[in-house]
Amino acid sequence: MSKMKEKAVSSKMNGGYVPGSSGHVYQKRRDPHHVRSAVLTIAACILLAALMAFYQKNASDHSYAISIIERSAVYAVAAAAMNLVTGFTGLFSLGAAGFMAIGAYTTAVLTIPLSARASVYYMNGIAPWLENLQVPVLVAMILGGLISAGFAALIGIPVLRLKSDYLAIATLGFAEIIRTVLAAPMMDQITNGSYGLNNIPGFTNIFQPLILAAVCIAIMMLLLHSSYGRAFKAVRDDEVAAEAMGINLFRTKELSFVISSFFMGISGGMLALFMRSIDTKTFQITMTYNILLIVVLGGIGSITGSIIGALLINGGQEWLRFLDEPLTVGGVSIPLFRPGFRMVIYSIVLMVVVLFWRRGIMGDREFSWNHLFSVFRRKKKASQGGAQ
Amino acid sequence: MAEPRENVLHVENVTMQFGGVVAVNNLSLDVDKGEIVALIGPNGAGKTTAFNVITGVYQPTNGRVQFQGDTIIENHPRGKMRKNYLGENAELYSNSIVRTPDRITKLGIARTFQNIRLFKAMTVFENVLIATHMRSEANVFSATFGLNRREEMANRELAMELIEMVGLKDEADVLATSLPYGKQRRLEIARALATKPSLLLLDEPAAGMNPQETDDLADFICRIKAAFHLSIFVIEHHMDLIMSISDRIYVLNFGKLIAQGTPEEIQNNQIVIDAYLGTGKTN
Amino acid sequence: MSLATFVQQLLTGVSLGGAYALIAIGYTMVYGILRLINFAHGDLFMMSGYFMIFAIASMPWFIAIPVAFAGTILLGMGIEKAAYRPLRKAPRMSVMISAIGVSYLLENLATYLFTAIPMAYPEIPGLKKILTFGPVTTSLVTILTPILTVVLTILLLQLINHTKIGMAMRAVSKDTEASRLMGIRVDSTISFTFFIGSLLAAVGALLYFTDRMTVYPYSGALPGLKCFVAAVLGGIGSIPGAVIGGFIIGISETFIVAFGYSTFSDAFTFVLLIIILLVRPTGLFGEAASDKV
Repeated sequence: MSKMKEKAVSSKMNGGYVPGSSGHVYQKRRDPHHVRSAVLTIAACILLAALMAFYQKNASDHSYAISIIERSAVYAVAAAAMNLVTGFTGLFSLGAAGFMAIGAYTTAVLTIPLSARASVYYMNGIAPWLENLQVPVLVAMILGGLISAGFAALIGIPVLRLKSDYLAIATLGFAEIIRTVLAAPMMDQITNGSYGLNNIPGFTNIFQPLILAAVCIAIMMLLLHSSYGRAFKAVRDDEVAAEAMGINLFRTKELSFVISSFFMGISGGMLALFMRSIDTKTFQITMTYNILLIVVLGGIGSITGSIIGALLINGGQEWLRFLDEPLTVGGVSIPLFRPGFRMVIYSIVLMVVVLFWRRGIMGDREFSWNHLFSVFRRKKKASQGGAQ
Repeated sequence: MAEPRENVLHVENVTMQFGGVVAVNNLSLDVDKGEIVALIGPNGAGKTTAFNVITGVYQPTNGRVQFQGDTIIENHPRGKMRKNYLGENAELYSNSIVRTPDRITKLGIARTFQNIRLFKAMTVFENVLIATHMRSEANVFSATFGLNRREEMANRELAMELIEMVGLKDEADVLATSLPYGKQRRLEIARALATKPSLLLLDEPAAGMNPQETDDLADFICRIKAAFHLSIFVIEHHMDLIMSISDRIYVLNFGKLIAQGTPEEIQNNQIVIDAYLGTGKTN
Repeated sequence: MSLATFVQQLLTGVSLGGAYALIAIGYTMVYGILRLINFAHGDLFMMSGYFMIFAIASMPWFIAIPVAFAGTILLGMGIEKAAYRPLRKAPRMSVMISAIGVSYLLENLATYLFTAIPMAYPEIPGLKKILTFGPVTTSLVTILTPILTVVLTILLLQLINHTKIGMAMRAVSKDTEASRLMGIRVDSTISFTFFIGSLLAAVGALLYFTDRMTVYPYSGALPGLKCFVAAVLGGIGSIPGAVIGGFIIGISETFIVAFGYSTFSDAFTFVLLIIILLVRPTGLFGEAASDKV
């Protein structure tokens, strides 16, 4: 910065400078390609909708694809919620499975058709107050999210004061406690204990989970772009500096944790609708690890990364199914391929990402068309350079 | 000065003891409105610890801090510390008033850090914008759904203005940590100003700057003082800078105040010269 | 509950606690030196169980035991070298994710290699010998576990307090960078820490699985977490603390099961964890550490 320029600014200051009165209007720096980006986004959405409509129309032929997409939508919400708290607020929370369990059970308990309840609860009977209590699916899911958020608020009070690794183990512990309570004999008449719940109404078409996921993720992205989102990131980057900026650490962490848990609850509800039958074994620590895998693969600190991660992991689960089946090449059966091999490959992928590719697919940036174009351009240039 | 002085910061008998180490020993000092006051002393004298007490990072073992006439921090040795207390004046205080740093900032005390603490993953603009969050009235819903657009725009404007003022307009969109050292220091000051403080604490603002940059900085500090009606309390090792800008100077050595006065008085004070050069007796 | 049942349960609890204590030492040592919750430690313990099954199947027990122990130690040190050492300068979260990744990998690998069906743990001759003291019947392993735990702890404390490598371990856990500057070989000190941790996990596995009789891919997951809680309870970084924490958790768990609340025996550990973290985050014997601003 040149001295002259500074002098020029300073002369202006001396004439009774009052902050905020300079008449300078803040202008959002415009993206030069914003029209192109908007058009491409809309086009992609239309294309996607058309593809989904096609799948929906021929649902019986594409049940595989539909199930992958629906599952991905569920996991994308959960991963984005985990990212909100882990990637954006810097809190390494491993409570995902517990909060999802709350959401899933709330949704399931409140939506199982009244006519089916006697058969679902035939072992333990049903609590009298629950017998005729049924609410619309959407209401049940939101309720699940709220209960989950309420629990998070309570848990957060002691836990969020802890340092990173203690926080991880404490949230993990809470998730396990939640699961134990759900499975406890005293809850039999509500959660049906170890028998689990079934006959949960499912999604009627592929658009329901997709729209639900899109809305949830859009809200999270808006939140992250607001001043609260910036406060989250400030806490993540430097707690001491954030406090010096007037940001209340506990309140900010609590907010992030509660909102994240709300969406985990919603995604749990979606999972219940997707699977149509749940039990407490679904929500073991492995569930949290699976979501963590998605977050790490997609990029810690990137919501779009979480979506891509969810698609890859859930898609991979189907595409890699051949790994679990015996393979015979030219009459020789290859002993490597048998049940469990797929999960080994998965864990190796996680390790490789963590060790050699710590940024994951998206790092901490969000997807943008401009970036995509610039990557292509660089590739093209590189290949041209190579040809010469 | 003819007109009556208006006190901004009043530190009274503050002692900060870590285990058996007394980092700050019975420190008392004042900063009046519109003043630039400096706190100097050799490395390890307890200057930054004093800042950390004033900004609520540490709770003092004993003593009181008043800001604009209100007691914002007060403590006295309790429990195990009572027995092990090595300082003085423990009987003067009976309250325990604790404030976290964010509340101190909200009251109007902003600070910079000795080892620059910018938000690494954020741009210059975002770094400054963060500081406006504290005064934002929007709740999480209205902020998420953009119902506070007017406020958000005003905040963005303020942030941009401050960035312009510290001469970082062209770098507004680059990552804060990619700036050269001197500019990072300025950015930290801009960020502190965005909290709209009435007292600004600068912790070694000239550290790592060359003489030219230091000159600019002196100018700059005086300028922001006038523009924002600030009182400034500064820790610095650069004697030229201190002597040229400060109204009064406090000298700290081994946690204790050893001298205070105008720059001229301090320059000619034998105790201070000894503390800095070492007489062989104190060490 | 009659006195005989009480003594019986107490013996079981002390025995379980002894095995937990041996694993908890591994957690506390690694945490002390790397500030890392070694999520894979419980799974190392599980793998040790499998190593023993396969070693005993093909060789006499007195050779099989050292072989299985060596396998466990190699695996433990290998994990450190492959998954933690490259991340020494990485953010703490990455290392933790790596630890979770290793745990996930070991569990899946065990499922793949040995299937999810529990496998019978071999009987080491003599260990299951039934001893009778009046109305109380117990097996040799139950008595042996706490004794062995205490002996090993004392040996370990001697090692840490009175040998050169022990001094290096203490130095590295206090300040890694300063130790490096003092000429301590930090990497080999950390490797040695994993050596000790893995060896104790192997001993713990032998005692624990002899009592439990089966091994399955997830049999290390929950005991692992419990042992970490034991380490936190005792004060992370403190070896006697970890041992006492292990005994407390083992005994409480046994009595909770004995009173018929087995559903809550796992949750209890975590409730305990949360209470400690709230009331006394430094644990029973831990030291407080402060961060510099």
